[in-house]
Amino acid sequence: MSLISNLKPGGKHGVPSSESRDPIGYLVAGLNRLAQTDLLDKVRLRKPTEQAVFSVTRTGFKTMTTASRTFAKAGKGGQPGARPKHAAASGVFDLTPGEDEQMLVDVVTEFADEVVRPAAAEADKTCAAPDDLLKASLDIGLPILGLPESLGGVSEERSAMAGTLVAEALAKGDMGLAVATLAPGSVATAIGLWGTDAQQQTYLPAFSAEDGSVPAAALALNEPTVLFDVFSPSTTARRSDDGAGFVLNGAKSLVARGDHAELFVVGASLDGKPVLFLVESGATGLAIAGDPAMGVRAASMTTLVLEDVTVPADAVLGETDGSTYTECVRLSRLAWCALAVGTGQAVLDYVTPYVQGREAFGEPIAHRQSVAFMVANIAIELQGMRLLTYRAASRAAAGKDFSREVALARKACTDKGMQIGLDGVQLLGGHGFVKEHPVERWYRDLRAIGIMEGTVLV
Amino acid sequence: MAINLEVPKKHRALVDQAHQVAMNMLRPISRKYDIAEHEYPKELDMLAAMIDGLSESGASEGAGATGVRRDSDDSDKKTVKNGANLASVTSVAEMCWGDTGLLLSMPRQGLGNSAIASVANDEQLERFKGRWASMAITEPSFGSDSAAISTTAVLDGDEYVINGEKIFVTSGERSDCIVVWATLDKSLGRAAIKSFVVEKDTPGVKVERLEEKLGIRASDTAVITFTDARVPKDNLLGSPEVNVEQGFAGAMATFDNTRPLVAAMAVGCARASLDLTRDLLKEAGIEVDYDRPAILQHAAAAKFLQLESDWEAGRLLTLQAAWMADNRKPNSLEASMAKAKAGRVGSDVTLSCVELCASIGYSEEELLEKWARDSKILDIFEGTQQIQQLIVARRILGLSSAELK
Repeated sequence: MSLISNLKPGGKHGVPSSESRDPIGYLVAGLNRLAQTDLLDKVRLRKPTEQAVFSVTRTGFKTMTTASRTFAKAGKGGQPGARPKHAAASGVFDLTPGEDEQMLVDVVTEFADEVVRPAAAEADKTCAAPDDLLKASLDIGLPILGLPESLGGVSEERSAMAGTLVAEALAKGDMGLAVATLAPGSVATAIGLWGTDAQQQTYLPAFSAEDGSVPAAALALNEPTVLFDVFSPSTTARRSDDGAGFVLNGAKSLVARGDHAELFVVGASLDGKPVLFLVESGATGLAIAGDPAMGVRAASMTTLVLEDVTVPADAVLGETDGSTYTECVRLSRLAWCALAVGTGQAVLDYVTPYVQGREAFGEPIAHRQSVAFMVANIAIELQGMRLLTYRAASRAAAGKDFSREVALARKACTDKGMQIGLDGVQLLGGHGFVKEHPVERWYRDLRAIGIMEGTVLV
Repeated sequence: MAINLEVPKKHRALVDQAHQVAMNMLRPISRKYDIAEHEYPKELDMLAAMIDGLSESGASEGAGATGVRRDSDDSDKKTVKNGANLASVTSVAEMCWGDTGLLLSMPRQGLGNSAIASVANDEQLERFKGRWASMAITEPSFGSDSAAISTTAVLDGDEYVINGEKIFVTSGERSDCIVVWATLDKSLGRAAIKSFVVEKDTPGVKVERLEEKLGIRASDTAVITFTDARVPKDNLLGSPEVNVEQGFAGAMATFDNTRPLVAAMAVGCARASLDLTRDLLKEAGIEVDYDRPAILQHAAAAKFLQLESDWEAGRLLTLQAAWMADNRKPNSLEASMAKAKAGRVGSDVTLSCVELCASIGYSEEELLEKWARDSKILDIFEGTQQIQQLIVARRILGLSSAELK
């Protein structure tokens, strides 16, 4: 690199490449260099620096070493796995959850209120979900929520509707922790839905383990690409030269708890079609780096790099024609919609008493239409988001096509969800901007909707 | 029980039927009566007769303006019902897909009929059966503030004597009778406001003029004056007692039932725009891909997706409000949510579709410009956007009308 281009400010620190420096600019840049040297510290002109935490600051890549487990091969290779049945549709318009669903929601709501919400601020700060919370999430059966009884689940049928209601209830506690706790179950659900008999027998027993040894697992579909299109991943899969498997290359971003994961489901292009691959964390060529983002920080986001990672031929999850991948993306978007609804409800429930109690000009600010109408619009759009999400979920649960419905739900949850996050902060004014109140966290979390692909699944 | 937001199986035949009527009967005369404002759409008489026939036979699932009456049958509370309220909003939406102005002109399907169905006692219901009733609330001096009614009703023997002027009476000229809101005693405030069924041929009732309007021009909107108009005392709907405790609640209950209907009108009208625009965009080579990120598609496709998403939210909120009414759940909050969302979405969708289709959208050659005019009233009558927001806000925040003005 020439000296001239090295002196140009663009292309780093978020500065566009068209920028140039004038003499003052060079002077300031020089001062900044000086400020960054440790000379100042040697002469005790600055307090000692703060310590760096792996997950809170971006770090360099390190080779994946958390692989502690070998999944023992089991089951019949090549045989299709068990396929969960779809719930029978009654043909009656109804907004009442089924009894089983309501029971689940009640349990999860209690968990969200009493365990998740109190832990949310600290988890956001440290970019990590507390161990006891993760353990408790196993106790209430989150990893096996999406599995039918025959595959180790608790309920007779798996239902995208139940998954949606649970994700919503969890996110009312905290979106980041909801993602952290739902991530393993999402991989289990995917294997339950699309795995071969061998894949199901090999991996699923670990998810229903009762000794707390349920593996962390991640559904990695995002990539660090501008204008990212999940259906055209630049991560590639090619058949290995000996024909015995596949070789994966590429990078996956925003992988939840990737540094703990023992099993990944990775999206990659194979012969021009997007395909899901099961990749165990012990595979050679995997590297991981902390990649904290604007929000959903409790989910310990990481970037996963795959360099000539070889996986066996039976690592393909589902079809190679793109159909499994498409269904996965849709179910995952549905889950993110549910998370948006839950977080939106948290905002509404928080700002309501706030504007009732906060006084200005001699009366509660709730008495002013400009304030009250913002609250009304949050309530209206939130219920719209919820109904759109429920419709997509109920169609998915009944085995009907839900591509249009989930797209409409996602659009609303992206736009209106963000508006709710924005208004949540605005209604608290300056108090909304500081971390004493959770609305700034919800603002950051709600920006994830419409960006995130994969990661969670209902 | 399971969550399911599809139009119920048992209503699908009815919806299909309404769609066929809208397509084959309303659409062909849609532009005709938009241009010929104030001309009576004579084609509707036959249609109304057909609707009455369907209703007699039970094939209409109780749908229509009178479908909003709440079943007083308390049995079977455990079974989820898909009844007349839901059937009414789905079929009204279909009819407005055909033409909102004509739907509003449908004989015997007036908002007054909904009001009678909502609050009349059984004897009155029977007596006014088969009558075409319009609704008269607004006066020259007030719009949203229904409590400011200055039309008076004074009991004189067995009759109430009504005096005042009402504006914006939909189907005011064509209807058989009018549900008039009047006060028994202005000093007693809201509680003294009652509604009365007034026959059109009552001496002292005069249709002064018809309005020329932005949209729904097929529907006549009248100014009516009442000068010592005498109506039998039994024509007072609901209780004649002035209950200050209960206040306005009785009269306002009508709105819980009619707001989802108006929301359904907006849903139907907007869908007409969406359906045609989807078609025209396709001819222009643009189709919405529901899977690919919107930002990677043509801006028109991305816009369409946003409109469709907003529209579907309005539609589902409307179905929710009707479903709650069918299942005897209090629904004022949800009715207002539906009306607020569907009302504003109706405008956004129809106006945006005009923009997407450029001069074809703006020209009278197509109906897109008409729907963009028709939709505006739906965010105004039966409670404006702002009134709906007030109601929602008061409910959510637990504030009275004195606290949140």
